Amino acid sequence: MPGHIVTSYDTDLEDLRRSISEMGGVAEKMTGEATLALARQDEALAQTVIIADKRLDTLQREIEEKAVLLIARRQPLAVDLRETISAIRVSGDLERIGDLAKNVAKRVTAIADQSPAQKIVLGVRHMSDLAEGQLKDVLDAYASRDTKAAHDVWERDGEIDALYNSLFRELLTYMMEDPRNISFCTHLLFCAKNVERIGDHTTNIAETIHYLATGEIFMGDRPKNDASNYATVTPGA
Amino acid sequence: MNAASAMPTGDLSRGNPAADRAVRIAVKNLNFYYGSFHGLKNVNLNFYDRKVTALIGPSGCGKSTLLRCFNRIYSLYPEQRAEGEILLDGRNVLDSNVDLNELRSRIGMVFQKPTPFPMSIYDNVAFGLRLYEKLPKAELDVRVEESLRKSALWDEVKDKLRQPGTGLSGGQQQRLCIARTVAQKPEVILFDEPTSALDPISTGRIEELMEQLRDEFTIVIVTHNMQQAARISQYTAFMYLGELVEFGQTDKIFMNPNERKTQDYITGRFG
Repeated sequence: MPGHIVTSYDTDLEDLRRSISEMGGVAEKMTGEATLALARQDEALAQTVIIADKRLDTLQREIEEKAVLLIARRQPLAVDLRETISAIRVSGDLERIGDLAKNVAKRVTAIADQSPAQKIVLGVRHMSDLAEGQLKDVLDAYASRDTKAAHDVWERDGEIDALYNSLFRELLTYMMEDPRNISFCTHLLFCAKNVERIGDHTTNIAETIHYLATGEIFMGDRPKNDASNYATVTPGA
Repeated sequence: MNAASAMPTGDLSRGNPAADRAVRIAVKNLNFYYGSFHGLKNVNLNFYDRKVTALIGPSGCGKSTLLRCFNRIYSLYPEQRAEGEILLDGRNVLDSNVDLNELRSRIGMVFQKPTPFPMSIYDNVAFGLRLYEKLPKAELDVRVEESLRKSALWDEVKDKLRQPGTGLSGGQQQRLCIARTVAQKPEVILFDEPTSALDPISTGRIEELMEQLRDEFTIVIVTHNMQQAARISQYTAFMYLGELVEFGQTDKIFMNPNERKTQDYITGRFG
């Protein structure tokens, strides 16, 4: 696409893109490190995740301010307007992803002395690997305006949901087996739920990319494999 | 499975935008020549009844030329000629036997620079009525007031109708010209950059006025102000080098145009 006649307009948009890219990098790193800290019982690493969230909040505020100023100054139209609106949306999703990763990190301390079953912790870790990969792919798709890649991410969110669903059942079973498991299992359940929500925000970003690239609002029903709303486990069964 | 095709999407254009609209002016295979210069190249376009259609495009693209064809104002200049058809309610206004005075009372025009006649406010509005309709004084008064009210000028001038129209502010003068046009009860009003010489407040008043006029008249406006076109029109036509590049619903044109050239122009990327 040719540049704007007013070159500072290009600089403004480039600036927005750079901030989104930085936010994406921070959110991706936080997602990975939060569950790594969980798996390794590494409280120091968890603390860096908690601190990193502040940077994400600052960046989001900056992006919002820049986008609002850009609308006021340039009155963007067509693809420029969609890019500005998309930046606001994506920065909101990334900020929430940061919050969710921080929530996982906060629980590392809570379960540090409870030596939770490694198998389950690894389940959460596996979920988070998937979510982190999805987030990486969606950020690449955003940078390159690649709707095909965004669609692929959107389709794959069902895998994270399915994993969450099976973890949910497994955790319920552990809790029933021994009430002493309830404390760490509940924490891990929240961690798994947070990772599942990270997947949802990643899917939001995929939908925003579709809007950005095509100008059409995305109207599809998400591929949901999260059946935990209806899941029950019967003791002794 | 192809992910792209599996993905349902919302379509902002919602099918054919023109399907349920009554056509007021149909332009068919219109070509225009300034001497040997080919100013409009085979333009085909419909203008819909009681809608505002904006004509946009860089200087020299032919949008004002197109506007000047509708009331044949170009015929004041012998070396200019139009070929093709402009159907107003089914009749070709380019036919040689069309009564130009009648045509121009049906298709009014407002120019970039306010053009009040050097006479009183009242006489400005009554000018065309006195020419074409022999109305008794009382009826003339009613029509003048009605026209000034429709042009949102009445309250500002009702106590000084006998004062010269040229004494009004730029924005008021422009509304006076609109009143003069409206007095003729035209079917179509053409606006050629009507607010480019006005301050933002006067511009706002004219835009507000156009929204009201749309209840009664078909409006065509040439504007260089993209935001204005986006605000006040329902349809937009983008022209370039004498050709119609894209025509469609205004929301679609300004959010997601089909043509690359349209997008480059409205986003300020034109090279």
